[in-house]
Amino acid sequence: MIISIAWRNVWRNKLRSTVIISATALGICAGIFSAAFYSGMADQRIEKAIKSELSHIQIHQPDFLNSNEIHDYIPNANAITGEIEKMPGVAAAGSRIVIHSMISSAETAAGVKITGVTPEKESHVTNISVKIEEGSYFGDDKRNQVIIGHKLADKLAVKLNSKVVLTLLDMDNNMTYGAFRVTGIYNTLNNMFDEVNIFVRYDDLSSLINLPAGAAHEIAILSATNEGVENLAGQVKTLNPELEVLSWLELSPEMEYLTSAMDITMYIFIIIILLALLFGIINTMLMVVLERVKELGMLMAVGMNKTRIFMMILMESIFLTITGGIVGVGAGVLISKHFETNAIDLSAWGEAYTDLGYDPFVYTVLDWNLIVNVVVLVLITGIIAALYPAYKALQQDPSEALRTE
Amino acid sequence: MSIIQIKNLTKIYDGSQIEVRAVDGVNLTFDQGEFTAIVGPSGSGKTTFLNLLGGLDRPTDGEVIVDNTKIWELSSRKLIDFRLNNIGFVFQAYNLIPVLTAGENVEFIMELQGRPKAERNARTKALLQAVGLGDRMNSRPNKMSGGQQQRVAVARALASKPKFILADEPTANLDSKSTETLLDIMEHLNKEENITFIFSTHDARVMKKARRIVTMEDGKILSDERK
Repeated sequence: MIISIAWRNVWRNKLRSTVIISATALGICAGIFSAAFYSGMADQRIEKAIKSELSHIQIHQPDFLNSNEIHDYIPNANAITGEIEKMPGVAAAGSRIVIHSMISSAETAAGVKITGVTPEKESHVTNISVKIEEGSYFGDDKRNQVIIGHKLADKLAVKLNSKVVLTLLDMDNNMTYGAFRVTGIYNTLNNMFDEVNIFVRYDDLSSLINLPAGAAHEIAILSATNEGVENLAGQVKTLNPELEVLSWLELSPEMEYLTSAMDITMYIFIIIILLALLFGIINTMLMVVLERVKELGMLMAVGMNKTRIFMMILMESIFLTITGGIVGVGAGVLISKHFETNAIDLSAWGEAYTDLGYDPFVYTVLDWNLIVNVVVLVLITGIIAALYPAYKALQQDPSEALRTE
Repeated sequence: MSIIQIKNLTKIYDGSQIEVRAVDGVNLTFDQGEFTAIVGPSGSGKTTFLNLLGGLDRPTDGEVIVDNTKIWELSSRKLIDFRLNNIGFVFQAYNLIPVLTAGENVEFIMELQGRPKAERNARTKALLQAVGLGDRMNSRPNKMSGGQQQRVAVARALASKPKFILADEPTANLDSKSTETLLDIMEHLNKEENITFIFSTHDARVMKKARRIVTMEDGKILSDERK
């Protein structure tokens, strides 16, 4: 019956309880929605990094990522790629020539990362082919085509069909030049990427630098599932023990830090919300106790022991917070679910987001672990909020309390 | 046979300047089945005396012995249990739990005692019928008159099967008709079921019904008369 009394006591002052329940619900709802929002933002950033930049697994010569040295190539890259494509769990694979060099237009020049790709294979590994804003992704067989990002196009002041010159060292360490025509301008909504990455055909770049036939600096692999990446990387490593095989998390550890940082930020945010609510709930519970001094005196007089009185106040505080918590979690989940399929349009501030590599159209992602943890935190808040008011209640002397008007 | 022995019971309140002897060396015994009124002017020490007797207020000196138990030698926790199982309380302002129905208010005490549900239900029904409120089992206190609430309080006081019932000015807030009904019920319970009642009062109608009148003044017993 103590539980029943506690629950009914919550509704003795409907207005006051509704205010504190609403405040809790609003805070929790905001916390869950914000968590889903930032989680979605981080997931999209990671997804974008995998789909546009990294793929799931990359293979290089052990020193290549540090040196970016043109001579650190994989001699039989195309053959290895062919074998990897046949492995179970592999969605696609492609070999790439990777050179850090310079691009010049009539107006200016810029440092870029040139990636020589086989378009038919690369279009299955990364999604640059579907991010083309103008022109096409190696739409015809003409030689020396280059695909550049919109940000670089702006920087170089070039348009579709403009000519650009790539300056680079060949295998004999001689300076060489290649005139290329811009046949595609892409936009991945990541300005940092779009400003420095350009794509040319493997064959064009290979002949320009005299790379041996079938060689490449990088093999990019797309796994059939996100979960299977580590396992697949292990298998690839077993087959190619002399090469460096890295998963996207190893290639870009900041992506994992991003997720962790977002999680920690969200927990801090939610804890701040709950701390603010804690004082509100303590205040409410203190009012409850001070209003009911006489009743508490009567309960002690008729034989309700301190443990039961403590439990009654504790339950009341928990009911107050958990009701707000459940309403808040429900509302937060519903709102977040809605935006799982309907993007939140932040394009008004799009430049700021794309400059940092984030998509200005955010789809929320609900983290059910976080929701369970939020419910537990709400429960803990309710318990903590009850402690001081319950202590005050237990300090009452029954005969004094009964004399209270 | 006496169920309560009071020896040299004293309660002194230390004011900033003066010491107030609210109860001053009282010696009394109460027998099973007595129907006693403690009377006296305001400030004579009636309520303090009942609080000391009921284990609510700690005496400065003296003893309260109920069935060979010196109640003020019990630990705080045991004293609460003692009150639960041995003493019924009726307060001037009824003091029912407002969120519970009449039936739940009565049943609540038995639940604190850990009695089985079936026994609680049967006894709640019987007690509310005994105080003439068998049909108000599911009414909340705010839907009942003062007289009805005080009858529920009597039923609640009886619920734990106490050795005696302490009632502090039980009729002070009641009209004459409700007072009459309540007194008849208490008298009936006293006579038929041999329940011991000790109540403080100013009310002449209550004194008329009482079979023993203890008069207090300045914390001392002025007279102790049995009718």
